[in-house]
Amino acid sequence: MSTFLIKNARILGGEPRDILVRDGRIAEVGTGLAAEGAQTVEAAGLIALPGLVDLHTHLREPGREDNETVLTGTQAAAKGGFTAVHAMANTDPVADTAGVVEQVWRLGREHGYCDVHPVGAVTEGIAGKRLAELGAMADSAANVRVFSDDGHCVSDAVIMRRALEYVKAFDGVVAQHAQEPRLTEGAQMNEGEVSDRLGLRGWPAVAEEAIIARDCLLAGHVGSRLHVCHVSTAGSVELIRWAKGKGWNVTAEVTPHHLFLTDACCERSPAGRSYDPLYKVNPPLRTRADVDAVRAGLADGTIDCVATDHAPHAVEDKETEWADAAMGMIGLETALPVVQAAMVDTGLLDWAQVADRMSARPAEIGRLEGQGRPLEPGSPANITLYDPEYRAQVDASSFASKSRNTPYAGLELPGRVVATFLRGRPTVLEGKLV
Amino acid sequence: MKRHLISAADLSRDDALLVLDTAEELARVSSRSVKKLPTLRGRTVVNLFFEDSTRTRISFEAAAKRLSADVINFSAKGSSVSKGESLKDTALTLEAMGADGVVIRHGASGAPYRLADWVNGNVVNAGDGTHEHPTQALLDAFTMRRHLGDLDGRRITIVGDVLHSRVARSNVLLLSTLGAQVTLVAPPTLLPVSVGTWPCEVSYDLDGTLPKSDAVMMLRVQRERMNAAYFPTVREYSRRYGLSADRYAHLPEHAIVMHPGPMNRGVEIAAEVADSTRSTIVEQVGNGVSVRMAVLYLLLGGSEPAIGAGE
Repeated sequence: MSTFLIKNARILGGEPRDILVRDGRIAEVGTGLAAEGAQTVEAAGLIALPGLVDLHTHLREPGREDNETVLTGTQAAAKGGFTAVHAMANTDPVADTAGVVEQVWRLGREHGYCDVHPVGAVTEGIAGKRLAELGAMADSAANVRVFSDDGHCVSDAVIMRRALEYVKAFDGVVAQHAQEPRLTEGAQMNEGEVSDRLGLRGWPAVAEEAIIARDCLLAGHVGSRLHVCHVSTAGSVELIRWAKGKGWNVTAEVTPHHLFLTDACCERSPAGRSYDPLYKVNPPLRTRADVDAVRAGLADGTIDCVATDHAPHAVEDKETEWADAAMGMIGLETALPVVQAAMVDTGLLDWAQVADRMSARPAEIGRLEGQGRPLEPGSPANITLYDPEYRAQVDASSFASKSRNTPYAGLELPGRVVATFLRGRPTVLEGKLV
Repeated sequence: MKRHLISAADLSRDDALLVLDTAEELARVSSRSVKKLPTLRGRTVVNLFFEDSTRTRISFEAAAKRLSADVINFSAKGSSVSKGESLKDTALTLEAMGADGVVIRHGASGAPYRLADWVNGNVVNAGDGTHEHPTQALLDAFTMRRHLGDLDGRRITIVGDVLHSRVARSNVLLLSTLGAQVTLVAPPTLLPVSVGTWPCEVSYDLDGTLPKSDAVMMLRVQRERMNAAYFPTVREYSRRYGLSADRYAHLPEHAIVMHPGPMNRGVEIAAEVADSTRSTIVEQVGNGVSVRMAVLYLLLGGSEPAIGAGE
């Protein structure tokens, strides 16, 4: 395996250091390093972060390979600086058996752009009725630890309680898509001033918060781990803060888009369009006050991590009337720039905290060995080199993802992933896939 | 004026007054034996109706024809749309046919905005989902002006299912632009959560509001709403929010009774009230043609005078 000498990288934004990568691990960190036969990667001005870990990615394979595959999705992940992604279970067939999760896991290994950790469905067919064979998925080669019916809420309180209890046997975690189904029937966007003006059925904050409150109480009651997916409201942040204050084992994620965009985009997008379904997502974009609250929650650690909820959709599923459009937006290739714009350039997080929220914490929640480790000798060489000074308009045509449903096209965002190393092997160099 | 008329908010006060004044002029032509004007000769107006609405479609069709435009009626039933063609492909087809104006009625809120992203012609919203119906608001304002004069300071009460009403949304916006004081009356379940931010008053008390109203507009309430627990029964709705003959008696002498149609007689409005002398319901339909002529003329007609010198 080749040896790489990364020169003058600012580890977690600190002073320039050289990083020597050998045999898939970080061999040495220091100044003025030299190594015989090493390939040099000049990284002056670049930030070095541990490879990013995404707890929430939709790779669409099997079933919707027209929108994304494990290959294109992991290529997009690598370009976004990720070295591990959790592939959500709402594929077709649903990832609710050992067979399906092993297939997805194997595809990830074969392609080698990024570790793929399948998320197992909590219930059969994500139908919310009967538990899937969680133990079989945990014991499979895919070694599943995160279980989620994402896209659907495990709304039945008994099923949720049992799932929380059951996964304790193998240190699993249930990642809940918190959405009270009755309160959100036909819901199109955040319920509030904008939805009322636009005449679109509202998705009220209370529908998220009611489930989070219930699930925190359940997790506290049975002493289990709960992870809350894509927290989007100020009230949710308060509830999670309260649950953590109780000492309960509750973690949470927020998406880049919920850190950056508001429901005003539905009325008038940055491109000047109204009712553009590129801004239709579940949970929906919320208000400015909610954005401020999730930012504050991520900054103070109430929200543990950033997760992309990368959700590829075909063009025809977005170029339509709002009500008919699919929900979701892609996000792997813009995650770090959006976090820089929302959190770093605003002074809410420093780069060490970004590494915590986008690498160390998600790796810990997903129980991933060898990901999210500090950039020090002995750690697996999962490294992202990032240029925070770069400025460019987002150009969807340059994405590795098969889909183009980005809400940021045409916007200027800061930063660019220059290189990504997965266990010492570059998956991206000079901003391009290797 | 903006290029499209999709929301009543697209109209400034001057725009709205221009439409209403132009409609008055055009209404005079409509009362003549030869009703046709050459203004839009050679222009093509497409009526793109994804929802059945004979009343609105005929009104737009008559308006376009009286201005001598070529009219193409495109209804979703039996067309390529019912075979799964997307709105975008329909839009591109219209574009290829050279539509100068597209009048769209659609069940999805915001569909006219999507259409406007894909066609070059002027888009007129003839009702989109639960969003807006600006020409209805214009014809309502036109009707009110005829009876009440200048609407500045006039007190207009709108009663019923505001939450699901495109008519209410457009009326609140247009009437407030014109300086009227709007009061919405509805059960709290049928008001949007943020209605407090709208440029109007809100009341749950119809009896207290009626004596202070210059016009009262009753909205259609769908019986199915009761199944989603918006109100317990149709009878209870009618008792609390219906315009009965008793309530009608409490209106000021000069006040008018309006309804955008189609009515549920005996639910939101008693039959004898709908047929009373102060009901403008039939008149509203007739005024619709004049107002839609004005809108089409102002959007498509460019700088030519509506009623040419050769008249």
